[in-house]
Amino acid sequence: MLQAPEITPEIIEKDGLYRDMGLTDEEYQLIKNILKRQPNFTETGIFSVMWSEHCSYKTSKPLLKKFPTKAPHVLQGPGEGAGIVDIGDGQAVVFKIESHNHPSAVEPYQGAATGVGGIIRDVFSMGARPIAILNSLRFGNLTTGRVKYLFEEVVNGIAGYGNCVGVPTVGGEVQFDNCYEGNPLVNAMCVGLIDQKDIQKGIAAGIGNTVIYAGSRTGRDGIHGATFASEDLSEESESKRPSVQVGDPFMEKLLIEACLEVIHCDALVGMQDMGAAGLTSSASEMASKAGTGMEMDLDLVPQRELDMTPYELMLSESQERMLLVAEKGREQEIIDIFEKYGLQAVAVGRVTDDHQFRLLHKGKVVADIPVDSLAEDAPVYHKPSAVPAYFEEFQKMDAYYPEVKSHGEALKALLQQPTIASKEWVYDQYDSMVQTNTVFAPGSDAAVLRVRDYDKALAMTTDCNSRYIYLDPETGGKIAVAEAARNIVCSGARPLALTDGLNFGNPDKPENFWQMEKSVDGMSEASLKLNTPVISGNVSLYNESNNQAIFPTPVVGMVGLHESLDHITPSFFQAKGDAIYVIGEANSEFGGSELQNVMENKYFGKAPAIDLDVEVKRQSQLLKAIQSGVVASAHDLAEGGLAIALAESLFSKEELGCEVDLNGDLTVQLFSETQSRFLVSVKPEHQTAFESLVEDAKCIGKVTASAGLVVKQSEGIVVDEKVETLKGLWKGAIPCLLKSKA
Amino acid sequence: MKFAVIVFPGSNCDRDMYFAAKDALGADAELVWYQSANLENYDAVLLPGGFSYGDYLRTGAIASTSHIVTEIKQHAAKGKPVLGVCNGFQILLESGLLPGAMLRNKNLKFMCHFEKLVVENNQTMFTSDYREKEVISLPIAHGEGNYYCDEATLLKLKENNQIVFTYANNPNGSVSDIAGIVNEEGNVLGMMPHPERAVEAILGGADGLKLFKSVLTNWREAYVAGA
Repeated sequence: MLQAPEITPEIIEKDGLYRDMGLTDEEYQLIKNILKRQPNFTETGIFSVMWSEHCSYKTSKPLLKKFPTKAPHVLQGPGEGAGIVDIGDGQAVVFKIESHNHPSAVEPYQGAATGVGGIIRDVFSMGARPIAILNSLRFGNLTTGRVKYLFEEVVNGIAGYGNCVGVPTVGGEVQFDNCYEGNPLVNAMCVGLIDQKDIQKGIAAGIGNTVIYAGSRTGRDGIHGATFASEDLSEESESKRPSVQVGDPFMEKLLIEACLEVIHCDALVGMQDMGAAGLTSSASEMASKAGTGMEMDLDLVPQRELDMTPYELMLSESQERMLLVAEKGREQEIIDIFEKYGLQAVAVGRVTDDHQFRLLHKGKVVADIPVDSLAEDAPVYHKPSAVPAYFEEFQKMDAYYPEVKSHGEALKALLQQPTIASKEWVYDQYDSMVQTNTVFAPGSDAAVLRVRDYDKALAMTTDCNSRYIYLDPETGGKIAVAEAARNIVCSGARPLALTDGLNFGNPDKPENFWQMEKSVDGMSEASLKLNTPVISGNVSLYNESNNQAIFPTPVVGMVGLHESLDHITPSFFQAKGDAIYVIGEANSEFGGSELQNVMENKYFGKAPAIDLDVEVKRQSQLLKAIQSGVVASAHDLAEGGLAIALAESLFSKEELGCEVDLNGDLTVQLFSETQSRFLVSVKPEHQTAFESLVEDAKCIGKVTASAGLVVKQSEGIVVDEKVETLKGLWKGAIPCLLKSKA
Repeated sequence: MKFAVIVFPGSNCDRDMYFAAKDALGADAELVWYQSANLENYDAVLLPGGFSYGDYLRTGAIASTSHIVTEIKQHAAKGKPVLGVCNGFQILLESGLLPGAMLRNKNLKFMCHFEKLVVENNQTMFTSDYREKEVISLPIAHGEGNYYCDEATLLKLKENNQIVFTYANNPNGSVSDIAGIVNEEGNVLGMMPHPERAVEAILGGADGLKLFKSVLTNWREAYVAGA
């Protein structure tokens, strides 16, 4: 263990020790200019975490600026713990997504668990009660023991933390592709509900006010976690296991209840959780945002271990800790609330007027840094970007068309693909119902939670088809946003806003940076068109293993509002005799499709095209039809196309079947992944009204009581499968893969 | 009639239980912090689910040593109703108010979904609104709901008609498919499934409401003149 007192500022410069902490030579010089002297060991550590990509967004900032972030209903955009959107009646919804990829790659249970804990804290630190957790997970194919272990333990970690803390895990997505084998993605999203009058900010305002530390003691876990998150994964990553924090959901549950009680105490000035870069980031950001300074006495910080150095105290990422600022003289009111819950809360410092971040330890000043330099002066890099050769090659290719011999067999093969197969094995381990607001649990297009005591509900989803983004980042970025909105609309809600979880490879490689640029361009355009501004988010770069980057995976977490509980619409067929409609025509588009994956075991060619004007038109017409009460069920067409959407629509009520009649190329009709399409069922008496509201809808058949999925063409039967058989394959695929020997 | 919903550090179904009693049933209910002095002002005690004390040591073990459990025992000794759901059931087992113990689910995983239950005994103050052998659907959400007791205890449970609910398709390995049991006197019910999660159609079913209604009806018959 490095001991601060033994390493002088001169040695740090002479031996280039700052490089071990992730700082470049230029950045070190910049720090010297800011301080007008050499930084000591603690200060070097503080700068290195605050200027890490994870905390400073120094690489992604120029791109993030492109996102539309404002709209009349946005109450808080990016920059605080989480974004906030108005949902009427003086209420608001608070949400954010965050990644915990690197920790999960080396210690999957704790990596995933603390990812959940961290994002929940971001939400309740705003004063909101966390009401839902969603996630977005990526793994390699379930063929090796290591991947199965990562998958099982990540799910176990999410369940272990989320279930205990009493926030329902209501939705998410899991996809499997080889590029994630060494670097899985674990993104967790939390949604909270708040009365607008209770909104808190993480500010250290009021000169002389008291800084209070609350929650768990500080230990040596997670030191330099933010720096670790800003590097490529490699053979040596295993040695970074101590950089992974250990979570205690019981402590978090107590913190939630205590903090939600504290927000009603008017002695509270500001509150922020200690997330990445721990005490360093929470303290310096709170002062920087308020335009003040802060002085803390580190001897007063509750400590889990003996002889902790200032460096360790400031860089620890021990979990379940909060920093609060209270009015001077009224500290005890806040401390008493924490004590009711058996939690430690102690005064550790005060707000100052000199804009300095000053730390004392054993009577000595161990750091004295202009506070704004940490949060705001991190260098911003405009990385070079270059069009990857693969992209140019894919664009020149002739359209890929799969030769399907038996459409029934292809359907069965697709249903067993883990990306399409039932995720029941996963979500059955999550408590999806606690808090008793869950109307649609995992397994629907979007999760739906009613808002207690009001005639309204919230829809939420996470989405990202990274295969399309790999083939064409700009188009794929548009699709990711559009697909999330489609899921929200299908459930009967109006999309409100999104949070982005940007997961990319090493940005120093120009091809990777180009992928980032283009996908952000595509997402920005789509969020503008669909009126879903970006209100919060997270950037995770350096997602590479063995020098191989993941597919660019900018996950979209979206929330929508049902203006009445009557608008809540299921994603599966409801009753025999209902007419089945498809909105939108199929074109021959198989680049990046699940069928291409099944047949070629790789992705190539062009991503499916998307016309955002068509997307907006169809979404708004479908939503209007739902709100008019003429839609029995609605489901979006995604991986596997119409065939999979039909099958999924039959898996909830086993007695139902369907009979549809299709014209044209059967492979295209059944499996193409053309965008902006929906599968809708309508009661016979509502057909006329539905058709007058939705222009591009075409009736293709009806729901039957036959418990079979039947596809006809020119009066001949081309697919005739028992729903029970299809459902068995779909449900059994993931448990079967997990049981098979690697 | 007034319900007390006991809140331990780590309880997380406390508010759900409160809303079920107050909004769905329309009764008087209060959240009662575990350090409260006594339960004299309450007619029924509800022990909610969750992870009291983080499930550390054993599920329900630490909560069972708290002062409020002594109060609950006195309340139960007066013949007043006590309902423990999920972690509440685990606390009742640890405190000796009900016999037996919990093991981890046989698949060693937490599970959360609706399960079909059979009402084995509709002669209790908790189940009189159900028909005998009525099949109902309630959510389960637990990692340690595999009920175990020795053969002598099981025999006694059967002889005294203390088995109130069984699983139609045993999900967790419980002895004799047991999902819920009462004490010999019939006024303390422990069950793993969550009736408070099934009190409104919008939540996927309302089969749990009859349990709360039974408690209210029986209390009125016993205590309200002319009822």
